[in-house]
Amino acid sequence: MKFIDEFRDKEIAQGLIRRIFEVSTRPVHLMEVCGTHTVSFFRSGIRDMLPKHIRLLSGPGCPVCVTPNQDIDLAIALSRRKDVLLATFGDMMRVPGSTSSLQKEKAEGRTIRIVYSPLQALRLAKENPEKKVIFLAVGFETTSPAIASTLLEAHNEGIRNLYFLNSQKRVTPALRALLESERVQIHGFILPGHVCTILGREPFAFLSKEFKRPAVITGFEPLDLLQAVWMLVNQIERDQAFVEIQYTRAVRDKGNPTAMSKMDQVFQPDEALWRGLGWIPESGCGLREPFNSVDARGIEADVEPSRDHPGCLCGEILQAVRTPPECPLFRTVCHPDHPVGPCMVSIEGACFTYFKYEQNPR
Amino acid sequence: MCLSVPGRVVEIQNNRAKVEVGGVVREASMDLCPDAAVGDYVLIHAGFAIQTLDEKEAIETLDLLRKMAELP
Repeated sequence: MKFIDEFRDKEIAQGLIRRIFEVSTRPVHLMEVCGTHTVSFFRSGIRDMLPKHIRLLSGPGCPVCVTPNQDIDLAIALSRRKDVLLATFGDMMRVPGSTSSLQKEKAEGRTIRIVYSPLQALRLAKENPEKKVIFLAVGFETTSPAIASTLLEAHNEGIRNLYFLNSQKRVTPALRALLESERVQIHGFILPGHVCTILGREPFAFLSKEFKRPAVITGFEPLDLLQAVWMLVNQIERDQAFVEIQYTRAVRDKGNPTAMSKMDQVFQPDEALWRGLGWIPESGCGLREPFNSVDARGIEADVEPSRDHPGCLCGEILQAVRTPPECPLFRTVCHPDHPVGPCMVSIEGACFTYFKYEQNPR
Repeated sequence: MCLSVPGRVVEIQNNRAKVEVGGVVREASMDLCPDAAVGDYVLIHAGFAIQTLDEKEAIETLDLLRKMAELP
């Protein structure tokens, strides 16, 4: 068992598609919350194999995409300080801020490093004791425990020059905000499997209890996607609403208690600004005492006033109110070589994914 | 961002592990998965093992899918 190839079996996939056609009669909108799911649906071709009346909507689950310009501009301003070394994940480099990007700043000589893990930022802090090493932290609950663990390790080792610019987000408050806004009709949720390896099922129970929406915690291989669609369609056809786990090989009912406890130790739910969705209560990760002493927001920086590109529809796309092809900039002035908004930068941004894979617009 | 890949733990020393992912050995922190052991498959994300994978559950899922697809 390698946990990958087994879940890409073509014959089983064909059988599952037949099953979906048998059971599905109603037009439905299913939201894939996670950008990795959007990519998986496109890359596997499943999007084009489903009944036409099943519409897949890309949700707000791309951490790079939902990071507001304000945070990018702050990171840029901090990187301009001579005593700062800024570290971040590769996807953040090309995201346009109001007038610059971290990539442009790096080209102009700022000390900016791409890291794969927050632990590498810790190593950079140890190797550069004369610098304030700032980790620009983005991600959902999949990533936040890794950031919490790194922060705790730095704290325990007495490393005082590692700072965190926390722009991480919590998924469930955003889903609540989407449902409460009623701007888009969602009949069921394909829930982010890797966020749920940490959180488990319970934090998503409100979807079925309060909003009567079915939801399925889903893995990322083709058979996972097909099984999840089948499970959702089955619930919808029977007027049921449960939160089910399809990704049982990785998701336990109670998630990963060790990881959740590290997050709770370091972070407290905080109001946070999301691109497109605005300020959402309790959706951010503020630093608890005594860790707030390494909050990079406390470091002075000359930040320019933020402004969004007037034509960019990333905000609407993240709410599934619009699709990338509806944006006048899509494929015209905005493309992966020259992204106007973050959804065209991130490898799991909806615009980038549509640009790369969509051949048969539905 | 939430991409996470399965790999097999081949060695653990002081909370750091070597994990084989598709033939390549990577380093990962086991801080979030203290109970994982050598030989287990874990999901790796941002340099951390974030969850162990359950082979029994995987086999049960595949058996169910095979039945749903009406395959022997």
